[in-house]
Amino acid sequence: MAVTGMQAELTLGPIPFHWSREEKRDFYARIADEAPVATVYLGEVICSKRAPFFETEIPETAERLERGGKRVVLSSLAEVMLTRERKATADLADMDGVEIEINNAAGLLARAGRPHRVGPFMNAYNEDAIAWLARGGATHVCLPAELPGEAIAVAARAAAALGVEVEYQVFGRAPLAVSARCYHARAHGRTKDNCQFVCEEDADGMPLATRDGRPFLRVNGIQTLSESYVCLVGEAGALAKAGVGHLRLMPQAVDMVGVARAFRDCLDGRKDPAEAEAELVGLCPGTRFSNGFYHGVAGYRKIAADAAAMADR
Amino acid sequence: MTQAELVCPAGTPAALRTAVDAGADAVYCGFRNATNARNFPGLNFTPEELAEAVAYAHRGGAKVLLALNTYPPAGKTALWREAAETGARLGVDAFIVADMGVADHVARTHPGTRLHLSVQAAASSPEAIRYYCESFGVRRVVLPRILTIPEIRAIRKEIPCEIETFVFGNHGLMVEGRCSLTNYVTGQSTNMDGVCSPASDVEYVRSADGSMSSCLGGVTIDRFAPDEKAGYPTICKGRYLAPHRAEGYYAFEEPVSLNLARMLPELVAAGVHAFKIEGRQRSKSYVRSVVSAFRRAVDDIRAGVAPDLADLVALTEGQKETQGAFRTKKWR
Amino acid sequence: MSEPDTPAASPAITLPATGLARLGARAAPLVCLLLQPLLGRIVGQVASRHPELFDRLGEHRTTDYVIDPLDLPFALHLRPDPRALVLRAVPRDREPVAGATIRGRFLLLLQLVDAQEDGDAVFFSRDLTVTGNTEAVVRLRNALDDMDGSLAEETAAMFGAPGRAVLAQLRRRYEDQAGGTLA
Repeated sequence: MAVTGMQAELTLGPIPFHWSREEKRDFYARIADEAPVATVYLGEVICSKRAPFFETEIPETAERLERGGKRVVLSSLAEVMLTRERKATADLADMDGVEIEINNAAGLLARAGRPHRVGPFMNAYNEDAIAWLARGGATHVCLPAELPGEAIAVAARAAAALGVEVEYQVFGRAPLAVSARCYHARAHGRTKDNCQFVCEEDADGMPLATRDGRPFLRVNGIQTLSESYVCLVGEAGALAKAGVGHLRLMPQAVDMVGVARAFRDCLDGRKDPAEAEAELVGLCPGTRFSNGFYHGVAGYRKIAADAAAMADR
Repeated sequence: MTQAELVCPAGTPAALRTAVDAGADAVYCGFRNATNARNFPGLNFTPEELAEAVAYAHRGGAKVLLALNTYPPAGKTALWREAAETGARLGVDAFIVADMGVADHVARTHPGTRLHLSVQAAASSPEAIRYYCESFGVRRVVLPRILTIPEIRAIRKEIPCEIETFVFGNHGLMVEGRCSLTNYVTGQSTNMDGVCSPASDVEYVRSADGSMSSCLGGVTIDRFAPDEKAGYPTICKGRYLAPHRAEGYYAFEEPVSLNLARMLPELVAAGVHAFKIEGRQRSKSYVRSVVSAFRRAVDDIRAGVAPDLADLVALTEGQKETQGAFRTKKWR
Repeated sequence: MSEPDTPAASPAITLPATGLARLGARAAPLVCLLLQPLLGRIVGQVASRHPELFDRLGEHRTTDYVIDPLDLPFALHLRPDPRALVLRAVPRDREPVAGATIRGRFLLLLQLVDAQEDGDAVFFSRDLTVTGNTEAVVRLRNALDDMDGSLAEETAAMFGAPGRAVLAQLRRRYEDQAGGTLA
């Protein structure tokens, strides 16, 4: 079901990085008061070792966000292997009275058919998978970040027919891989069990450059992210039209309120895409933008608006 | 004790016959398209070739497992359905699947054929595995290469299906089925297109000083000194620079291959039903030597004899070899 | 890879070729001329016995491969197009524009097509240089690997007992080198 840009909602994905408790608290306070996002996802998705640092703050943060008019969704871990991860996943999936987003099949088992959202790590690539998940209680699906626009449109149509909402990441580093191994710890000569939370040093991920000095990837604990920020402000209108009613902004170490405003202004027609993008460039100094995945080419590439309109290559 | 079935790679009909002749209990293979995770140039089977391959394998007492283990992008599911249809018609013994849509389709449409859960589904906990078993009637799970033996033993007790583990071959670092690194650089997706570091995007660039760079999609994945052996540009096995690492370092993993030869008896004792050898892209001489060596070892273990592991260990001698996560969680 | 032809060519021609190598590059055009009928016969026979090979090559049937055994006085040009097969020896200064080039010492190239060793280990090592379309090379390698038996052996057999003797001798030679790894 097509939605207009004005009807499309912005969401704020879970913070992927290991920010301190204070940083997170301040971040969400500002989001609650100022960011034009409709939904905020809370919870640790990447590393179960980080979870205890903010767990106790979640009820209060959720309340704060709800007072600011936001819907709050709790996200589950992407990787579930250890006892504590299994327990965390089962506990979350067992909660009633809150909306949850499930990122691992272990969560689906525990949820046992009760309503839930499906996160981007669940690999809902196609209409058959979405139909299956919907039969198991999924009400809302965040599509994988690498899915191209053509497939997104097909998935969104199928989801609409099932009454399932669709979401897609439009801003922030692209999640490219997860591992059982912690690459942050590895870079510092430590193991995951003895990491001493060295990932806290890199609020926007640890940069990896190629040996000829080209910035390439970002390490975030067990996760590997893109160096470039995905930025689909120019494509947001088309996504909405294709039936993607929820556009996800991933928290990065930049002014996320400003980012949300730029997207909102563009969707509402107060700014044209070029203006909005120029503003975003100003908010993210030194970071390249990319939109290749959406256009079905190498993810790191940035297809210019004109070229994109001509259905690139 | 479990059967300890030997599951062997077949990238081509010749490799399949080689594996069967060398004593494979089962071979796994795929069609020449995006429906399997080794959609490499010049590899895999046409339906006609698969028909002959099934007949050959069955005559030799081996099963054929058909890999349908990629994720169809929306709008293209017909290709996967068609592959399942063809596989069922040709009498393959099991489908190896990862996508829930594909699993659901196969479970409903071809209920007579066994379903194996691919490593690409990344089911690494008893709960995730049980989800697939309860949902689709999965009979066997291929475990991600990230678990230790005690963890495998513990999982075994909590799941209603068989376990297959990798014992030899290329050692993947990222959680399979959750990696878009190749797509980020080349525009071809591991999950949707079945490719990883496609050869079409690989380039070796020699510098004036004799050093050589291996590139993927124009991105330098590693650089080698004049006397250094050059590796294939797989992103997770490249060397990079980080703020604390001014010299290029293996940010993810050294280019090693997995060899669990020494741990075979322990794996059998842990309740592993099947041992998987990686390498559908490898040559049939590789298939011959690896499969024969593992065949002898598994037969010894089945007979209650201590296996002579020297041959198996020798397979990776001189190369960098690892027991990966299986030995210790310090790997993580 | 390059194997198809190289090896094919090699067993039959190796002994004379190694001798000819000493004659230097100036003799190359003559050598190439002398080899032509031999190469044509080899590629023709392989093609007629293994039609499935072309299917596996896909679009690269029309790719021009240059296989360059560095220690021989000439390179080989292969275009595996079943409608117009080309396998010819060319002097290095007259190499065609190649879609893909594979360079390496002759014994290494032979070992790869001989299918006695796993090509993977050496294939992308420094001992072998691949330039141009890497996919074309991988496709060729996989197509050749799908042949039952050994391309080298089959080619040697075309020349009867002398051919097989040459191959046996070559095998011993590469086994002697660095314990067979050609490191």
